Amino acid sequence: MTTLVMPRKKKRFTGKKVSLTISGWIIGFIFIAPYAQMLLTSLKPKSEITAIPTTYLPYKWTWSNFVDVWHVLPLAGYLKSSFLISLCATLLVLVLAVPAAYYVARNKFRGRTAFLLLVLITQMFSPTALVVGIFREIVKFHLVDTYLALILIYGAFNMAFSIWILSSFFKSIPVEIEEAAWIDGATRFGTLRRVILPLALPGLVTAFIFTFISAWNEFVIALTLTSSPQREPLTVGLTSLIGQYQVQWNFLFAGSLIAIVPVVILFALIEKWLVGGLTAGSVK
Amino acid sequence: MATARSSLRKSRFGALPWIGPAVTMIAVMVLWPAIEMIRTSFQNVDQTGFTKGWNGVANYRSLIHNPDLPGVLSRTLVWVTVVVIATVLISLPVAQLLNAKFPGRKLVRYAIIVPWAASVVMTSTSWKWILDGYYGVLNKVLQDFGLIKEPIDWLGNPNQAFIWLMVVAVFVSVPFTSYVILAGLTTVPGDILEAATVDGADGFQRYRTIIFPLLRPALLVSMVINLINVFNSFPIIWVMTTGGPGYLTDTTTTLAYKISFRDQDIGQSASMATVNFCIVLVFIVVFLKVSKWRETSE
Repeated sequence: MTTLVMPRKKKRFTGKKVSLTISGWIIGFIFIAPYAQMLLTSLKPKSEITAIPTTYLPYKWTWSNFVDVWHVLPLAGYLKSSFLISLCATLLVLVLAVPAAYYVARNKFRGRTAFLLLVLITQMFSPTALVVGIFREIVKFHLVDTYLALILIYGAFNMAFSIWILSSFFKSIPVEIEEAAWIDGATRFGTLRRVILPLALPGLVTAFIFTFISAWNEFVIALTLTSSPQREPLTVGLTSLIGQYQVQWNFLFAGSLIAIVPVVILFALIEKWLVGGLTAGSVK
Repeated sequence: MATARSSLRKSRFGALPWIGPAVTMIAVMVLWPAIEMIRTSFQNVDQTGFTKGWNGVANYRSLIHNPDLPGVLSRTLVWVTVVVIATVLISLPVAQLLNAKFPGRKLVRYAIIVPWAASVVMTSTSWKWILDGYYGVLNKVLQDFGLIKEPIDWLGNPNQAFIWLMVVAVFVSVPFTSYVILAGLTTVPGDILEAATVDGADGFQRYRTIIFPLLRPALLVSMVINLINVFNSFPIIWVMTTGGPGYLTDTTTTLAYKISFRDQDIGQSASMATVNFCIVLVFIVVFLKVSKWRETSE
């Protein structure tokens, strides 16, 4: 049967494959284009940015922009803010989500459904929808223009994803492994720390990277709650340049790329786990 | 085994230490602001944010009488409908493509991840620059191909600007959606497809009768998630037009923000935000329905 079908199939395949390849590359090009344009702009000297006619490639490839950007813009400050906020928010999420996810994965308890519903609903709410209320609350707590405010908010809004992804990882670990540890006299917490967490490492990494990136990329809340430039994270700091009389697009994009590239690489690492976590287990 | 049992039983008393901290965190930082926002929408708040007592539905009344509201509402409807439908229609073939084998597929897959991983703020900044009326590369390309004679200020005219905002919104939504559909596609059993081919089904027939029905759950879920994300989308509009000129490219999400943090009318803004909040709640109920439907069919 195979031999009968094969020749016809093979012939059709080549034409199909060429068109597939071409459309694949076109799609890939379209999605990378705005970032390629960022890179090309970041490598142009100042005079070429506002030259007419516009050039596609830099006439003079100015790699030094990536060195100069550090003193033209307060980039180190933005990076420090973004990094500190994202890291603390991520650690906060993991510390709170790991026990919750583990408990949910292993136990049936009263209020379990209510808890899962709460988690699901939080996942669906972006802080954007609540920004007016968040601002009022943060004013009440006297936390305006602090890292702590952003850390707490990012932590809370990203809890859901981590609980989902971690509990699905915990569930996939056979309970017999734990039982063996218990028989050997390990406490429940000890089992979690020494047996379960090492086995669920990919889940931890996914939760870590995802939370870190979403804190790193957040804009609305940071825009609303930070008022002093030295506490602005990258997203807010870099966009504040657009409003200025003369936008230095080359430096703006050099800074943007420095913010984007590491995040994209991290994201590519966890891509295969993401869909399941983001659709909250409804898509296999 | 006995140890395991007792350990499990002991834990039944102790759900709180395990899930309590996470619940507290969500309650304080998510539920509290929600309640605070709804409360504010019924209060009289002055420009500095000081509360001067209850206000009944006065904020809602001033919102309804806001002359910009009708335009913003109809634009939001267009925004959500067009962006979500276009996103799904584009993501279906893109996912199909990502699932096919061709040289460089891996690279293409990584390319499509970029807009998903990169900050939407920065993506929008790049688009703003591409569409720039003087130095934008889009004008350059169109002029070089002879499609336009004079450069166009794409973001200057509100109707044109709004179309571009929707294009960018689709651009940042397609990667996630394609990956969800791709995850659905990988569950389609290869032998069934092969059997259909042997039975003489052509590509379109196979897609319509086998692949598409199997994709339905993934499609529905990704649509509702997109619905919520697109409705709440803020950075694209904020970076590219700030909702302007005037309020002519605002949606209800950016309008609520603008009334509060630019026009300093916190009461009215809270009422707009509360309306938005209720709309998202409706979407969430739809999501629960859609995903539950999947759970029972599993």
